[in-house]
Amino acid sequence: MANKHTVSFKLNGNDVDVVVEARELLIHTLRERLATTGPHIGCETTHCGACTVDLDGASVKSCTVLTVQCQDAEVLTIEGLEQNGELHALQEGFTQEHGLQCGYCTPGMITRAYRLLQENPNPSEEDIRYWMAGNLCRCTGYQNIVKAVQFAAEKLSSAQA
Amino acid sequence: MAASPDLIEREAALQGLGVSRLRKEDARFIRGQGTFIDDIKLPGMLFGAMVRSPYAHARIKSINKDKALAMPGVTAVLVADDLRPLGLHWMPTIGGDTQAVLADEKVCFQMQEVAMVIASDRYTAADAADMVEVEYEELPAIVDPHKAMDDDAPIIREDIADKDEVSHGPRTHPNHIFTWEAGDKDATDAVFDNAAVTVKEEILNPRVHPCPIETCGCVASFDKVTGQLTVNVTSQVPHLFRTVLAMLSGIPESKIRVISGDIGGGFGNKVPIYPGYVIAVVASIVTGLPIKWIESRIENISTTGFARDYHGIGELAADKDGRIKALRFFALADHGAFNSHVSATKLPAGLFSICTGSYDIPTAYCRVDAVYTNKAPGGVAYRCSLRVTEAVYLIERMIDILALKVGVDKAEIRRRNFIKEDMFPYNTSLGWTVDSGSYHNALDKVLKAVDYEGLLKEQAEKRANGELMGIGISTFTEIVGAGPTKVCDILGIGLFDSCEIRVNPTGSAIARFGTMSQGQGHATTYAQIIATELGLPSDEIQIEEGDTDTAPYGAGTWGSRSTPVGGAAAALAARKIRAKAQKIAAHLLEVGEADLEWEIDRFKVKGNPTQTKTMKEIAMVAHTGDLPEGMQQGLDASEYYDPPNLTFPFGAYVCVVDIDRFTGETKVRRFYALDDCGTRINPMIIEGQIHGGLTEAFAVAFGQEIPFDENGNHLGNSLMDYFIPTSFETPHWETDETVTPSPHHPIGAKGVAESPHVGGIPCFSNAVVDAFAHLGVTHMDMPHSAYRVWQQCKALGIDKHADT
Ligand code: FES
Ligand code: FES
Repeated sequence: MANKHTVSFKLNGNDVDVVVEARELLIHTLRERLATTGPHIGCETTHCGACTVDLDGASVKSCTVLTVQCQDAEVLTIEGLEQNGELHALQEGFTQEHGLQCGYCTPGMITRAYRLLQENPNPSEEDIRYWMAGNLCRCTGYQNIVKAVQFAAEKLSSAQA
Repeated sequence: MAASPDLIEREAALQGLGVSRLRKEDARFIRGQGTFIDDIKLPGMLFGAMVRSPYAHARIKSINKDKALAMPGVTAVLVADDLRPLGLHWMPTIGGDTQAVLADEKVCFQMQEVAMVIASDRYTAADAADMVEVEYEELPAIVDPHKAMDDDAPIIREDIADKDEVSHGPRTHPNHIFTWEAGDKDATDAVFDNAAVTVKEEILNPRVHPCPIETCGCVASFDKVTGQLTVNVTSQVPHLFRTVLAMLSGIPESKIRVISGDIGGGFGNKVPIYPGYVIAVVASIVTGLPIKWIESRIENISTTGFARDYHGIGELAADKDGRIKALRFFALADHGAFNSHVSATKLPAGLFSICTGSYDIPTAYCRVDAVYTNKAPGGVAYRCSLRVTEAVYLIERMIDILALKVGVDKAEIRRRNFIKEDMFPYNTSLGWTVDSGSYHNALDKVLKAVDYEGLLKEQAEKRANGELMGIGISTFTEIVGAGPTKVCDILGIGLFDSCEIRVNPTGSAIARFGTMSQGQGHATTYAQIIATELGLPSDEIQIEEGDTDTAPYGAGTWGSRSTPVGGAAAALAARKIRAKAQKIAAHLLEVGEADLEWEIDRFKVKGNPTQTKTMKEIAMVAHTGDLPEGMQQGLDASEYYDPPNLTFPFGAYVCVVDIDRFTGETKVRRFYALDDCGTRINPMIIEGQIHGGLTEAFAVAFGQEIPFDENGNHLGNSLMDYFIPTSFETPHWETDETVTPSPHHPIGAKGVAESPHVGGIPCFSNAVVDAFAHLGVTHMDMPHSAYRVWQQCKALGIDKHADT
């Protein structure tokens, strides 16, 4: 096949190899080739954040990343947050605080909030609203998403104390 | 008397009605394991990509598929001529019109469907769509609905140009769809002629789009051997969808299975049947392979399911104290190029005649003229029952305008006109029977909560300093839960809904519905209703909807109809089961049925509380031979519920805004929303729905609009241009409630999700306009973007600093 590239990276801790055209977007590789359908597509123009994944310690919109840019990268998606059968505090927080309705934005939201808490374990409401502004939700009005992130921040910090 | 700990414990174990039970559906979504349409992948599946018109109005001179077909991976390119032999190039719409599935010789709106390319993957399909060569001859377009019926207006729909009627009464112009009216015109005119005070205003609800984060899409899969067609689709109305497919294709309904899986938000966008679905079905029938078609965001905003585009004129007549004597509303409705709006057959303007609102208005007349333009057709609704937002917006704006004219405070004028509590059920002058309400009480509670007097004082001080502060009030009445089949049908099918419940021997249950959740949490709330009715824990009641092979027939989820109609069906089906259980209990306890009373989760013998049979015990017995004479085994029931009336949730909202007169930026300082949705099933979910609805109202009031240039070109159809509020600009919401149960609903519930959208939009507008009221401004059209508000400041000459 003309113009295909082999790309190797770590997805949720596992080594993966894919053979893709240079133009293939990471979101499509994840969803179509790697059965990782947690990240969703809401716009393909970098606006909605439904496709948010964590790439080498930064939130990215995977509809705006080429898979060939991911050689040797570490990619974390919603599928990688649950560890040994235990939900991440954010996953628990979103349920406890009713931070989701249709659930379509949720994987991107949680993955973005994961990065926020890595950078800022004790965010204020304003911090959360600012950090999450790249992720659109049409159902919840965000108020309970803020509470969900606060729930997780508290849980994680009390676990550490 | 306080309930005993035992009773409290048993009640709590049910997690039934009134409990903020966490949602059952969350487990899969927080793990990224939902099954949305684009997650479905079938063996051999091909992808469809649409070729769309760059023109709003043009003749198609030729289509050349050769280059596209020559590309590796391309299976087919379908155009209208390919569908014609099957009779599938046109389809009926839910609005009683017909719509081109693929453009038949001409296009009538920009981005209309012209061809679909079928290819091995989405990249190849998109590449090949670019290679389809279409030659057009551009025609003059009509964008402004006010010009649609001009004598020299170009005819948009040549296919029906000489038809006197398109399903809703006589037409007077080829671009005219229908004229609909309600009320008494002569009596209303007479009141206006003699009124002490009259007010009149032009009020626009601009074209907007519900824009759920997931776009529309489907996977159609036809099995050539069995003749079975399976369609996975983002549909809020799977059963109606299947019926339309059967009518269209001639395939028996029993051979069509429609499955709505997880849906990423709908808000009305996912009610209509779109050309993409039909073409995917045809392509699957032709190729024998599954076909996936998923809209891009730009396709979604440009072509599927817009809302509003209602150009209203409101008039009120009143006495000098502001008591309304008559209402006269007109609206010009821009339906786009095809009338595919969702509406009951007898109600082409939807429920617009609820426009008398929460007020006792003795005389009224309203009229709606609908026209074709060269814009996309739509579903018309956006988080509201059909045309209710437009109606409520008109009355809630007009009453403020009247208040200014007669010099009465905007809260006081509402009090003077409210339907009083002892007047319910109240027959409106436009023909509805409002079931219940408690409007004074709700408004007073809210005004107290926000310290209205204090706000007025603060506003007076700010005004004296040249600052702009606005206080908006909205006291709306919604109409939801379509609906009684005697008034409401779609394509002849009545808008009842259904529930089937089957209780298993060990006391768990499954219940299936004709509705379809898109985030409303039905799996949680329906189970709560049944839990309370049956005395079985909601955790063990599984809810299913959306699969037409298993679910009973129903009209789906839109217009806040799930709780009013589906929820009622659930309660009544459960009651049938309980009635049978009572017979079994009487048999087991060897008493008469009348000797038993129900207590939370069991029947007990009156006066002998140790003699009981729990529902769980009865469930097991129902599957044995130890039954009353002649009774069959099993514990199940179904209910098809045809509501006697719609339900009328209401609310009182207050919004406080501060406006920067130098930039036009509006800050929503406070928003206090009191909703009365009757009996509350799950307060947590209700609150979530209200947050979401208010945020969508905020979006409409402050930024959403789908603009066109004079040639019908879209000027804003991506998320770059189309306003979706982020977490950062979305205000903080305060919620409150009163509870006025619906007298005709089995559990007194009314529906809630749309109220905050419907009631929120006028509240924001009223606040913005109120900020300018002391400067003589009576109305400003939405959206109140900073630029537009600044234009108002500029027009008033208040946008400049004193020293510049
Ligand atoms: S799909 Fe990537 S930001 Fe919307
Ligand atoms: S929960 Fe539906 S978009 Fe966020």
